[in-house]
Amino acid sequence: MAAADFTAPSIAYGALMPVLIPAGAAIVGVLVDAFAPSTIRWRAQVVVALAGLAGALVACGILAGEHHVTADTAISVDGPALFLQGTIAVLGIASVLLVADRSPGMDGGAFVASAATTPGSADERASIRSGRIQTEVFPLMMFAVTGMMLFPASNDLLLLFVALEVLSLPLYLLCGLARRRRLLSQEAAVKYFLLGAFASAFFLYGLALLYGYAGTVSLGGIHDAAVSGQHNDTLLFLGLALLAVGLLFKVGAAPFHSWIPDVYQGAPTPITAFMASATKVAGFGALLRVFYVSFGGLGWEWRPVAWGIAIMTMIVGSIFAITQTDVKRMLAYSSIAHAGFILIGIIALNKSGLSGSMFYLLTYGITTVGAFGVLTLVRDPDGEATHLSRWAGLGRRSPLVAGVFALFLLALAGIPLTSGFTGKFAVFSAGVSGGATPLVIVGVITSAMAAFFYVRVIVLMFFADPLEDGPVVVIPGGATSSAIAISVAVTVVLGVFPQPLLNLANHAVPFYH
Amino acid sequence: MDITYYLYLSAVLFTIGAVGVLVRRNAIVVFMCVELMLNAVNLSLVTFARMNSNLDGQVIAFFVMVVAAAEVVIGLAIIMSIFRSRRSASVDDANLLKY
Repeated sequence: MAAADFTAPSIAYGALMPVLIPAGAAIVGVLVDAFAPSTIRWRAQVVVALAGLAGALVACGILAGEHHVTADTAISVDGPALFLQGTIAVLGIASVLLVADRSPGMDGGAFVASAATTPGSADERASIRSGRIQTEVFPLMMFAVTGMMLFPASNDLLLLFVALEVLSLPLYLLCGLARRRRLLSQEAAVKYFLLGAFASAFFLYGLALLYGYAGTVSLGGIHDAAVSGQHNDTLLFLGLALLAVGLLFKVGAAPFHSWIPDVYQGAPTPITAFMASATKVAGFGALLRVFYVSFGGLGWEWRPVAWGIAIMTMIVGSIFAITQTDVKRMLAYSSIAHAGFILIGIIALNKSGLSGSMFYLLTYGITTVGAFGVLTLVRDPDGEATHLSRWAGLGRRSPLVAGVFALFLLALAGIPLTSGFTGKFAVFSAGVSGGATPLVIVGVITSAMAAFFYVRVIVLMFFADPLEDGPVVVIPGGATSSAIAISVAVTVVLGVFPQPLLNLANHAVPFYH
Repeated sequence: MDITYYLYLSAVLFTIGAVGVLVRRNAIVVFMCVELMLNAVNLSLVTFARMNSNLDGQVIAFFVMVVAAAEVVIGLAIIMSIFRSRRSASVDDANLLKY
């Protein structure tokens, strides 16, 4: 093989601003952690993180309507990428607001004062007594956001892999930072880490086989090779399957979903909100791009398998959610069911499938952040009251909080006049037009099953007698209030008046490569 | 010698790693098996680079090594912290989260 002269690729830095601004904010956050005096550190970190996310959102707005394929075709900043990056920025802002809340009712916030101390040790008690708190959670979140921003814009499997790791590695750590129930939190981190690393190894082997198949890792190049059909199909299908395992693991589709309930339950609730919303958006962004760009021409080959996965995901998510007694786990299974619904948009393999999935991701993400935000407010003396029985009669004692939670549950169930309905309608109608009508029927049936357990919680909150020693609903600080207020506003507005955003999603398609 | 033997070797190594992840109990050993899987992938990447006669595969192998190194840092930190709180690195002992 000839030693080719290396010429540096030209990079359109302007188009990469949605990625670069959070990366810059992460690095500034590390410096703040190192040099800012401890009295202002927490506040400074919140400002840096929010500024980074707001900057990224503005950059997405400025770039809207443009499409750049840059860095030697490794990155494609096109409509879907910008739409999803904007979504991730909004979800990131809401999650950072949840993380930032350390108002008195929150009893020190959700995060451990010093993650290095052993739970139950004298060191831990000393670190709590000193009142100091480490702030590494903000730079870690911003690094994760950087990876998430890059993930749906990656036009090349290698960059996809790097972005996958950049978003995953900080999340593994963030899972282990809960202030209370630290053993659960650490266990969640270990489980997520081991299974995540296992799944990325599969992704990587898929990458290698596809490289062997096409001689290139660019998504466009793989598409061209697959269409020409002159290569070894074994490599293609094995590679496609292994790649899909890695990506489906990240979005939590059955049978690769088993980590979701454990990790969502063990992680600090603001981080769960962040994972359940932003990670899912990024993961589905990458899935959509890979399947629409590289394997769009092979729909006949992979669709049957994808049908099976989508059906299994919807059924597993909806049925297991019914049996849960923990609100966090119930929402985790509901997020699995939602992953199944979004898969219908991928299987549709048409323009409305793409725009419908993107719209669904936005509505689902915002509602999920809000629901987990409400979860942080209902507290027992030893932390959040996540057991379902503790929520009995909450509606009588705190009608506002219970009402907001009921709104989010109705939106997740897909009741009309909430954003969830519009999102489901968009994805299901795309599925019908894409020839996946039986899948849509399964989707509607499982939605009805899912509505059962959402409504069960609402009934429990409003029609059961309050507990004698029931949990306290704390008065949220400004940060949590604004995060929940954003979620409520978006959930209602997109339910009543969805057309502008639907238009935006429709104009964002298709992918460029 | 037929170059496809390297691909078979890499597939065997990857399988050994995957089986190891599933059957071993110590978190450190599980993690080592993941690393074995990544290195099996590196072997096939380099072999494919030879077969396709371009350098991409070799470059990707370097990226994989860097990412694997970053993963070790994160992974050992997490496993260390859970070992210190439980005095055990067995993945069977981590059983608080279920159902």
